Amino acid sequence: MSAAASLAGQQGLWFLSRASGLTLLIACTAVLVLGIAARTGAAPGRLPRFVPAELHRNLALFCVAFLVLHVVTALLDPFVTIGWAATVLPFLSGYRPLAIGLGALAVDLGGAVLLTSLLRGRLGYRRWRAVHWLAYLAWPVAFAHSLTAGGDLHIWWVALVEWGCGAAAATALLARAFHALAHRGSRGSRTRPGNRGLAGGYR
Amino acid sequence: MTRAPAGLARYARAGQPGPPPGRPPAPPALPRLLPAAPSGQPASLAEHLTRYGPRAAVLTERSRVGLLREVQESGLTGRGGAAFPAFVKLSTVAAGRDPVVIANGTEGEPASAKDKVLLTSSPHLVLDGAVLAAELTGARQVIVVAHRDAVAAVSAAAAERGRPGRGRVQITVRAAAGGFVAGEARAVVNWLSRGRPVPTAAYPRLFERGLGGAPTLLHNVETLAHLALIGRYGAAWFRSAGTPAEPGSMLVTVRGAVRVPSVLEVGLGTPLQDILELAGGPSAPVQALLLGGYFGSWARAEEVIGQPFSAAGLAGAGAAPGAGLIAALPADACGLAETARVVRYLADSSAGQCGPCLFGLDAVAGQVEQLARGERDGLPLLRRWLGQVDRRGACAHPDGAVRLVRSALRVFASELDQHDQGWCRGTRPDPVLPVPSRRDR
Amino acid sequence: MTAASGRSPHPGRPLIRVDPIACAGRGLCAELLPELITLDDWGFPMIADRGVPPHLAADARATVKACPLLALRLIPGPGPT
Repeated sequence: MSAAASLAGQQGLWFLSRASGLTLLIACTAVLVLGIAARTGAAPGRLPRFVPAELHRNLALFCVAFLVLHVVTALLDPFVTIGWAATVLPFLSGYRPLAIGLGALAVDLGGAVLLTSLLRGRLGYRRWRAVHWLAYLAWPVAFAHSLTAGGDLHIWWVALVEWGCGAAAATALLARAFHALAHRGSRGSRTRPGNRGLAGGYR
Repeated sequence: MTRAPAGLARYARAGQPGPPPGRPPAPPALPRLLPAAPSGQPASLAEHLTRYGPRAAVLTERSRVGLLREVQESGLTGRGGAAFPAFVKLSTVAAGRDPVVIANGTEGEPASAKDKVLLTSSPHLVLDGAVLAAELTGARQVIVVAHRDAVAAVSAAAAERGRPGRGRVQITVRAAAGGFVAGEARAVVNWLSRGRPVPTAAYPRLFERGLGGAPTLLHNVETLAHLALIGRYGAAWFRSAGTPAEPGSMLVTVRGAVRVPSVLEVGLGTPLQDILELAGGPSAPVQALLLGGYFGSWARAEEVIGQPFSAAGLAGAGAAPGAGLIAALPADACGLAETARVVRYLADSSAGQCGPCLFGLDAVAGQVEQLARGERDGLPLLRRWLGQVDRRGACAHPDGAVRLVRSALRVFASELDQHDQGWCRGTRPDPVLPVPSRRDR
Repeated sequence: MTAASGRSPHPGRPLIRVDPIACAGRGLCAELLPELITLDDWGFPMIADRGVPPHLAADARATVKACPLLALRLIPGPGPT
């Protein structure tokens, strides 16, 4: 192999890691938006209710696969020293410890959400839901990681993707907050007749 | 000392006079649970022992088995409305480890007063029964959940009995929550453990896993009072009242168009006409009777007045003894309007946990109110909703409301026609059936 | 647990039960298994009394799994008498 080709191969891992990271950001943002759509019943018009719920679930599983690619390519990359432990234990990385640490934190949080979701039937609704709230923390942490770890924000379309995802997530989170406020008067998850709120009885 | 609730403090006895003074107490004829003569005060421990003699105590395993057999032979069934065989409950819980006994005197039904009257006139009888149930099942703790009007009387009685020695049954008295559904068995347990008087899925089988995870025996206070007497006098004595299929006596709350609204004790199978006479007789011509409770059924007076007050006697009219409510509707009242008020109360009393009950009963109540106002075209929709609400909740609350409305549609069918034509027979200014105001719910 | 009393006319077939307290009327179940589940006028599921026929067994399992509140259960039907 020529020196240029080997250099290209080594650069390739880094490109792959950053590209998969960007894809992952888009996918995770979509997972967040779909999850909020499923919860608040805000799916457009005729769309059956199981669509956002099932898409949310399947896309999340897809994210796991992409996450593996993203992490492995970053670890194998010879130009940066991260170390296997730093993928789950924050701030152990040699390269950009804060940025990578945020990624590790996102992996931990997302991992907890994933694991409890896979075992949902056995854990019961209450315990599953308690852990699932961590997803609202996992996304901002992952977003912060994407802003600090990639180093590509100067590229215009990378910036577009980043801020697009940020805007989409912010909108979805606002909608979720409004939904919670509209239904705060109901006992538990029930609305009383005459108090059906924005989503017309949908809790 | 508390008094029985005003308006229902008087009651009559339906049988021979009590034992002559000075003799050892003989097993009482009617009344059995209630005092022979009302005094407005709860019977003290001394009075209680003079009247009934010492309580049955489970001293050996043999006496325990013997007493359980007496309960089985007596055919005692629950007096809280469900009429479940007491022996089955007792023996099932007795098979568990470290059970708990709960005496349910919540009486969430606003029209019924029997539990309050029982607790404020014969609290020691209820306590005897609860302690006996504990000894029969191996429980060490009894919790009496009493309607707030009766808590003082029961607490005083419990205090009179003194503190139990080591190894004896401990009695705790707690005030019940208010509200119609608060008397449901799981709601009582939920109220005791979490302060929420609503049925919950956390206790699917109370007798296996109830309060604090222990097997829980929950009985209406009247059932326990009967149990106390079966313990003393035996099954044959218990069966000397009532019918062979439905033995024993029962407390009933008679109100509405009667001269003396009262809580009475009658043998099961007593004709309704006689029961109304015991309450002073009708104060006005009676068109219909509400039987059982607000979860029970209406029946036309002529189809039911000669019938025995028992499950068998009332079945033909689609009714049941339930929790012992007998409310007489006078001819100058509007049955639809009364039903509309009660159903609105039932809808507001929903625990709000199950969609079909929360939304469905509200919709049903709205439709019945429309019918009472004379708008008849909502009838098909009402029937549709009744079918959608029935048996779709976690407890029997929606079922009871549906039963009440269906019986009203049958019994007051002519009222519907009259309202359609623009007139109503109801001319009295005051409602007959009591419904707590919104403030008190 | 929900009423739906009466024995399934096909003993041995599993039954779907909804916990009415957990159910919030999201309606996914009626979309996924319309043959057995319809919604009442307030959006809450009414489940047919009869058991799950074999050709719908997989759909029934998927429906139970898809409930966002885990309010559905699949229970074995009453066995043959």
